[in-house]
Amino acid sequence: MNDMADTGTITETGTVVERADVEAVNAKATRETLYAERVKIHPKLVHGHWRRIKWAVMGVTLAIYYLTPWIRWDRGPNLPDQAVLIDFANTRFFFFFLEIWPQEFYFVTGLLVLAALVLFLMTALAGRVWCGYMCPQTVWTDLMIMIERLVEGDRGRRIVLDKLPMSGSKLAKRVIKHALWLLVALLTGGAWVFYFGDAPTLMVDLVTGQAPIVAYTTIGVLTATTYLLGGLAREQVCTYMCPWPRIQGAMLDDESLMVSYRGWRGEPRSHYRKGESWDNRGDCIDCKQCVVVCPMGIDIRDGAQLECINCALCIDACNDVMTKINRPGNLIAYDSFQGLSAAAKGENHRFRPLRPRTLIYAGLIAVVGLIMLTALLMRTELDVNVLRDRNPLFVRLSDGGVRNGYTLRILNKEHDSMHVVLTLDGLEGGQLVLQGHDSGTVEVPVDDLQSLRAFVVLSPEATRKAMAAGEDVLDFAIVAHDTQSDRTSRNSTTFRLPEGR
Amino acid sequence: MNRTDDVTGFQTTGHEWDGIEELNRPLPRWWLMVWYACILWALVYFVLYPAWPLVGGYTKGVLGYSQRQTVAADLAKAQEAQSQWRQQIASADLTTIEKTPELFQFAVAGGKAAFGDNCAPCHGTGAQGFTGYPNLNDDDWLWGGSLDAIHTTIRYGIRSTSDNTRLNDMMAFGRDQILNRDQINDVTEYVLDISHQDHDAAAAERGKQIFTDNCVACHGEGGVGNQELGAPNLTDAIWLYGGDRNTIRQTVTNGRKGVMPTWEHRLDPVTIKQLAVYVHSLGGGQ
Ligand code: SF4
Ligand code: SF4
Repeated sequence: MNDMADTGTITETGTVVERADVEAVNAKATRETLYAERVKIHPKLVHGHWRRIKWAVMGVTLAIYYLTPWIRWDRGPNLPDQAVLIDFANTRFFFFFLEIWPQEFYFVTGLLVLAALVLFLMTALAGRVWCGYMCPQTVWTDLMIMIERLVEGDRGRRIVLDKLPMSGSKLAKRVIKHALWLLVALLTGGAWVFYFGDAPTLMVDLVTGQAPIVAYTTIGVLTATTYLLGGLAREQVCTYMCPWPRIQGAMLDDESLMVSYRGWRGEPRSHYRKGESWDNRGDCIDCKQCVVVCPMGIDIRDGAQLECINCALCIDACNDVMTKINRPGNLIAYDSFQGLSAAAKGENHRFRPLRPRTLIYAGLIAVVGLIMLTALLMRTELDVNVLRDRNPLFVRLSDGGVRNGYTLRILNKEHDSMHVVLTLDGLEGGQLVLQGHDSGTVEVPVDDLQSLRAFVVLSPEATRKAMAAGEDVLDFAIVAHDTQSDRTSRNSTTFRLPEGR
Repeated sequence: MNRTDDVTGFQTTGHEWDGIEELNRPLPRWWLMVWYACILWALVYFVLYPAWPLVGGYTKGVLGYSQRQTVAADLAKAQEAQSQWRQQIASADLTTIEKTPELFQFAVAGGKAAFGDNCAPCHGTGAQGFTGYPNLNDDDWLWGGSLDAIHTTIRYGIRSTSDNTRLNDMMAFGRDQILNRDQINDVTEYVLDISHQDHDAAAAERGKQIFTDNCVACHGEGGVGNQELGAPNLTDAIWLYGGDRNTIRQTVTNGRKGVMPTWEHRLDPVTIKQLAVYVHSLGGGQ
């Protein structure tokens, strides 16, 4: 199992804590040159509380990603029965009960704003936990490392394999590994295109070579990037390419939780021999288990670092060690700067999740969420937009009446075509004329938009009366009634008259 | 002056700002490679494409690529795509265009653009008109508001340089001393009367005879106008130059001679048709 074992530490209980021969990627010795060769990292498998959470998150997020397009949802005729669908051709976005039209793109904007705020809140509370658990880069890298481990063995074996000269079995392992990586990458790209078309149909089309060229291109590009970023580049993406580690500094404060090594308890560190006293020394036995499990290849005992993604695997590793040597756990733990310095002084400090920063983020999330919820509840299946002509605002007619022009957009988000009857409400002496329609009824096809010009004519008597009363703006409504579904939409607008006289 | 920073153990670059020194941290080698690749790409681009401004032009690049050519090609393609519509409009009569939804949409869209380019300076961007320039949204037309009448007006203009121009003459009754000052006042009161405005009843009564003798020939019995002659209806609420007492008196005294140019030589027949359909669709078309 352990090819790399050098001198281990024998504990009182007789178990062995192995000692690894390893150096952090950003260790002093490698800091002299301007351009450093990449130090290959072989994270070791660790078991424990946080690793279990990480497995669970990985399972759930991957399942959501791969399975979502396959969830069915009744959308009536003419539309794919897909619960989540981005329909570029018809510029629609379907999300379960929601159907978002281009006019309602603010829902998407709202979702993005919410996502950003949640990310801020998360970071203020517990640093880069997003990076450590949920970021696609992390999830797929973790998956790729898992595959690597299945094929080539754990850390020790992989290091040995790297050093061995090329042989049949080494080549076989490498080929299998890369083939599996490519397969995962391919499935990733494949799953993505299913969001843009009817998944079962697209699946068949893809296999039979009938799918649109853009589908194949997308799959190709995503396959390449997943393989490259998740399989090959891994932690380099987080350290060198991703802007978020730089930005997150602004989100953190002294109370934010971060994976921290409790130096006040661990130092001075040194090797420990069975039977030695724990007095006058720290709990850290310098076994470097925290370093070998780190997917970023760093030593958390050097303090908070840009590279750390807060994944807590080093906590699991060290806790394992602490159990073996019979010391209390959590020498490495989620702790804040305040917590660390308080403890160093022997004081008690409790984590304070409620701080102005977090309260503001939470408040903003609530506000945006409420606005979106309100907008959602006020949404109608029969949607009428009334746009008043601005140029000219009004037209005087030869009989002394006045006419205003409007553009009406009737949106039918139902599964049936609509027969919409348009009438005026609250404009005495007013008459509605629809250009190109002899009657006041307009037919709107399923899932479509009907745009038409409408004129409202105010009779000479009504005009005279309103102008005598000094009015130049009259409020009224255009009422749309769908005789099919018995839905009604009342749309307030105004009627303009010449000023004065 | 490189030195090693005590706290971090890194070498510094020797740069210092307000006492803060920059650490010299190694970049990954692949990063350097990507950078070299970018430089190489830039050089290749420099050779292939237009890249460098010169005094009398720019370096052309060996591929001979030009954005102007691309635009020209795109425009040609767009015209090509429109040509089937334009052909249909060229061959169809105006009523048919208005009755065929796709043709109508295409005509209105093209007409609107042409209107903005050619007609808006006088008639306004919304065709709302100005004093002396008719409002094209309303239901009052000097030379008729049917599709054909509008088309003819656009094509040949009014008092224009075209041989087929529409033409009439509102005489300068005062300036040319056909009527004297009192007669002009009386006929003005009469016009106020038939357009349902406040007026001096006695003067209007006298003015009625003057109107019959001088104006009925064009403006018709009772001043209802005549679109054959382009004579305005004087009984309605719409006035090209204004319907108040002073303006009417001025109009009778000096006459009016508005000009609308002929568009026959400046716009192609399809565009003129599109314009006619667009103007007709503004709401006042008859
Ligand atoms: S912190 Fe824990 S895991 Fe890391 S070297 Fe010390 S004892 Fe070992
Ligand atoms: S130092 Fe610990 S928390 Fe940070 S990346 Fe490494 S294993 Fe994860």
